Amino acid sequence: MKRSRLPLLVTVLVLIFFYLPIIVLIVNSFNDSRFGGTWEGFSLRWYARLVSEREIWSALENTLIVGIAATAVSTVLGTMAAFALHRYASTLQKAHYMLIYTPLVVPEVLMGMSLLLLFVAAGMSLGLVTIFLAHVTFCISYVAMVVLGRLQDFDFSIVEAARDLGAGWWTTTWRVLLPLLAPGILAGALLAFTLSVDDFVISFFVAGPGSTTLPIRIYSMIKHGSPPLINALSTVLLVVTFTLLFITQHLVEERRK
Amino acid sequence: MTDSHPDFLQFCNVSKSFGATKAVDCVSLGVKRGEFFSLLGPSGCGKTTLLRLVAGFERPDLGTIVLDGRDLTDLPPHRRKVNTIFQSYALFPHLTVRENIAFGPRTAGWAKAEIARELDKMLHLIQMEAYAGQKPDQLSGGQKQRVAIARALINEPEVLLLDEPLAALDLKLRQRMLVELDQIHDEVGITFLYVTHDQAEAMSLSDRIAVMNAGRIEQVGSPFEIYESPRSSFVAAFIGDTNFLRGRVLECGDSGYACLEVGSFGPVRCRNGKQTRAGEHVYLSVRPEKFQITRDRPDPDGVHNVINGTVEDVIYLGTHTRYRVGVQESIISVFVQHSRLLHQEKIVNRNDEVWLRWHADDGFVVEKDLKDPKDPRDGR
Repeated sequence: MKRSRLPLLVTVLVLIFFYLPIIVLIVNSFNDSRFGGTWEGFSLRWYARLVSEREIWSALENTLIVGIAATAVSTVLGTMAAFALHRYASTLQKAHYMLIYTPLVVPEVLMGMSLLLLFVAAGMSLGLVTIFLAHVTFCISYVAMVVLGRLQDFDFSIVEAARDLGAGWWTTTWRVLLPLLAPGILAGALLAFTLSVDDFVISFFVAGPGSTTLPIRIYSMIKHGSPPLINALSTVLLVVTFTLLFITQHLVEERRK
Repeated sequence: MTDSHPDFLQFCNVSKSFGATKAVDCVSLGVKRGEFFSLLGPSGCGKTTLLRLVAGFERPDLGTIVLDGRDLTDLPPHRRKVNTIFQSYALFPHLTVRENIAFGPRTAGWAKAEIARELDKMLHLIQMEAYAGQKPDQLSGGQKQRVAIARALINEPEVLLLDEPLAALDLKLRQRMLVELDQIHDEVGITFLYVTHDQAEAMSLSDRIAVMNAGRIEQVGSPFEIYESPRSSFVAAFIGDTNFLRGRVLECGDSGYACLEVGSFGPVRCRNGKQTRAGEHVYLSVRPEKFQITRDRPDPDGVHNVINGTVEDVIYLGTHTRYRVGVQESIISVFVQHSRLLHQEKIVNRNDEVWLRWHADDGFVVEKDLKDPKDPRDGR
């Protein structure tokens, strides 16, 4: 029987559909032309200009501050939530699970809108703090889900063994539980960081003057029309994001073996 | 070890339920110092729960557990001088063999030199010196098992708890580990509390066995006592093979014997540990190898019982032959050893009329007033 070529064709088409825009973007970031349309030779001048652009650097600084802070807080809270969800089963826990799960499915515009209303109602001035709080709210969910997944195939007789060998709660947590769950928690943290750095919609709602993050900066650059610069910046971001995702994936899969 | 010794580990009226299930139902039990004591029963009989109660992973709903005169009941697991060998071994996958074994001493804050010395002793005991630097996932099942044993023993527990430690091993390895466990017990002299559903394991290792069923203890005794004088139909059927003969009590002496009418045969003399009265229906347990099978009617001698029947099946099994003998409405299973088979003058064949003879001390009244606890025809 002759094997059909159709699945291969579909796969290739889907891949092109997904990645062609990105490839065009990457290629154009090395294009010497001021406008994307024609190829005028290889150049790194957009990357060079990127380095000298002060506003981009301050946006990057904001993004990293928010990203690191939101990651740190949501990793701790998300891990604790996952433990609670795994350990206890009750009606209240089902509600807890729903609450943790909801931010993953609620449209971002809605999230951004409601957070904005909340911050305004609470009389908070919009800025890095509000972006940080907004990022924590959705990052917790992702961290909790990743860690919960790891807890579900964790052999808890190991924890009992530690207790049996004289380890109290603290020693068991530090010397057995955390080392064994570290890859899962780290994967959750990396995911949270990636999401925080990439987030545009929610940040856009809750950002204030002087708290421009990188995605917002890119958006305003499009409005003021400097596509080649954006191409270069996007390429850099892509590389960073892909690297982080790759590490996350690697960590998640490592323990499954 | 004499009986006057006070019990080292004591369960006093211990009960534990999970939801509506009574896992352990008012168990009282004493284990002596240095004893190899087994909890034997089918899965779900509460034996593992009983072990986890000693380890401290579960708390009893009622009752107390006393170890060496101290009440353990409210102590958390890490404060108890007992250690557990888990069925899944539960080795720490991120630590090497050496670090796994040293976990207890390090937690207890032993001096470095002392840890190193004891570690070497343990590695030598389990013959794993060459694997000290390896992680658990590089070890075979039997090696993991030995590491788990060393990791527990290095803490010098007052009681070592073993939760079906051989269940995950294949047959060959299981037999080898049986021997090793026995040697280790002799060597370290610690009290072992061993949970298993495998009667052969329990019989070969234990000083004493408690047979459990549905959260209760059916009988406690040496392997010999449990096998030779089962006190309930459950014990008789769970340990080894047996026949159940339905009978009616004719006479109950106070010497521990009773006379029964079995079918139309009688009086059949047997041992009686139950409170029975004349006229009651009871079950009599006689193990298959206790019968002698002959074609001629044996002479009555006052201590042996005699009934007759027809051979329905002869199954040659190498070490012994199994006969299924129809006696009135029931079938009795009989094992005959082969040492003299070839020299026997009259070989028993299918459809032969035969006589079965057994000693009064080999029959036990195990149950009374039961409609049909276990099909007596189920000769196994």
